[in-house]
Amino acid sequence: MSAVSAGLRSSRRRGVWAGRLFMAFLLLSLAIGFATLLTLVVQVVFKGVEWVDLVLLLEPPSADPQIAGARPAILATIYLGVLLLALTVPLGVGTAIYLEEYANRNRWYNRLLEINIQNLAAVPSIVYGILGLAFLVRGLGLGRVLLAGAMILTLLVLPTVIIAAREAIRAVPDSIRQGAYALGATRWQVVWRQVLPAAVPGIATGSILALSRALGETAPLLLVGALTYVSFNPTLLGDFTALPVQIYQWVARPQPEFRDTLAASGIIVLLVILLAMNALAIWLRNRYERRW
Amino acid sequence: MVTVPESQTVPVTLPGVNVDAVAERGRPLPARELREVVFDVQGLGVSYSGNMALQDVSLEVYRNFVTAFIGPSGCGKSTFIRCFNHMNALIPGARIHGRILYHEQDLYGTDVDPVEVRKRIGMVFQKPNPFPKSIYDNVAFGPRVLGMTDGLDERVERALHQAALWDEVKDRLKASALGLSGGQQQRLCIARCLAVEPEVILMDEPASALDPIATTRIEDLMHELKRDYTIIVVTHNMQQAARVADMTAFFSVTRGGEGQRTGILIEYDATDKIFTQPSDKRTEDYVTGRFG
Repeated sequence: MSAVSAGLRSSRRRGVWAGRLFMAFLLLSLAIGFATLLTLVVQVVFKGVEWVDLVLLLEPPSADPQIAGARPAILATIYLGVLLLALTVPLGVGTAIYLEEYANRNRWYNRLLEINIQNLAAVPSIVYGILGLAFLVRGLGLGRVLLAGAMILTLLVLPTVIIAAREAIRAVPDSIRQGAYALGATRWQVVWRQVLPAAVPGIATGSILALSRALGETAPLLLVGALTYVSFNPTLLGDFTALPVQIYQWVARPQPEFRDTLAASGIIVLLVILLAMNALAIWLRNRYERRW
Repeated sequence: MVTVPESQTVPVTLPGVNVDAVAERGRPLPARELREVVFDVQGLGVSYSGNMALQDVSLEVYRNFVTAFIGPSGCGKSTFIRCFNHMNALIPGARIHGRILYHEQDLYGTDVDPVEVRKRIGMVFQKPNPFPKSIYDNVAFGPRVLGMTDGLDERVERALHQAALWDEVKDRLKASALGLSGGQQQRLCIARCLAVEPEVILMDEPASALDPIATTRIEDLMHELKRDYTIIVVTHNMQQAARVADMTAFFSVTRGGEGQRTGILIEYDATDKIFTQPSDKRTEDYVTGRFG
């Protein structure tokens, strides 16, 4: 009896330690990520929360930190978000549908397309900025306008949206497609009535996460000419700034009111916008989640 | 084309008397010249990227018969049944050799539209594959994509009645089809197929994912349905073939030069003959359980 239980105990010891070590490693990884985020948020909130007020939200920027606001930047960021959605979702989902449902993978050009898209997702955003400057602002002669900024952000996140949409479309089981085909549906009907509705939650989540990444971008916008001082409301084909650019400009100023307090309050506004969008993504995913 | 007189196709039973399934199936088959040929398969073969999966199959499928395809795994019986509604065309690299005549029309003629074929030849799959939609929308999907939307409610109700599912779902037509049990889901898939009023129903191992009670219900349904439809069923289960089928085709595997497995038709005859006096030794070995 005791021999049996002793045997059991000794053979387990190593596994137990390996398990504990692994658990410790997992907790450490979690702690590092969490602590970084927490430090960032706490520090920003302490510095800037008292300046988050109607002046910040409703006033244009000013040389006097007491009356300086970020209204043009906030509005432009919202405009950028809407334009981005309108441009990226149709293009991204369209590309994803082509690659998943129509493309014959035995053809070299389709494989080339796939590799290209994956590589584009890894291109640094400043490179997109240079492209935007050379091609959109100068080449097409759009000028340094909001639309050019939205277009370059679209190019920046398009690969991410395509990849997310492809994953969502691929997750729709083939049995659904076969069932629809077997009833006499055409390819268009199968895609439009079965595959896309089933893939909507995944596509929505991926698009929103990509969008929130794009709205935090500064570098490409600086290159296509987001100005640091804009005192009027943005228009589609006019000068513009954006919240990250505004924050960047404030941080670069020598006065502590700008550098610390106002910049921190701008960051709070940006964080609230982005967290709200992520929350929407999570809500959408849970709301429309499918079981097979 | 000779139409079979009523008296010769319908077994002599009293109305309302639930005859034993085997006894009903065991009726004498109408003489060969009295059967109406639905499919005339001539030297059919299927290859995937050059590998022959099935070779040289010739047989006739008769109207209002249940025809079963049996055989060991890999013998090409599922590949074969998928030829009747062009489902193999969805697999890249698949090629069809030989001919299938459907009412004397070449099913793979150059001007044949797969959508038209699938409208007349419905299919039920191995694993129940209801769409992630309501019960009603599942049944209505086929009529909707084919533009048969007049009297849709009646059509849906009729199909659910025919599939012996109406009483179980009539109070929750708007509920998700994914909430049904496996057996109910499979009957829903049968209803979905019946809603477009096909002439032929292909069933690819329709009961292999179901429990014995649900299996019995599907088999009973096949007896009911063959009065109005022609049914082809692939099954792993020999007892099932013996219970439901009028004609049975036995397939087996041959190994080619490079270990390549190719399915071939060994024997095709009345079910009773196949199970009691097969003319081929390989059929006898299989049905007596000595092989496969």
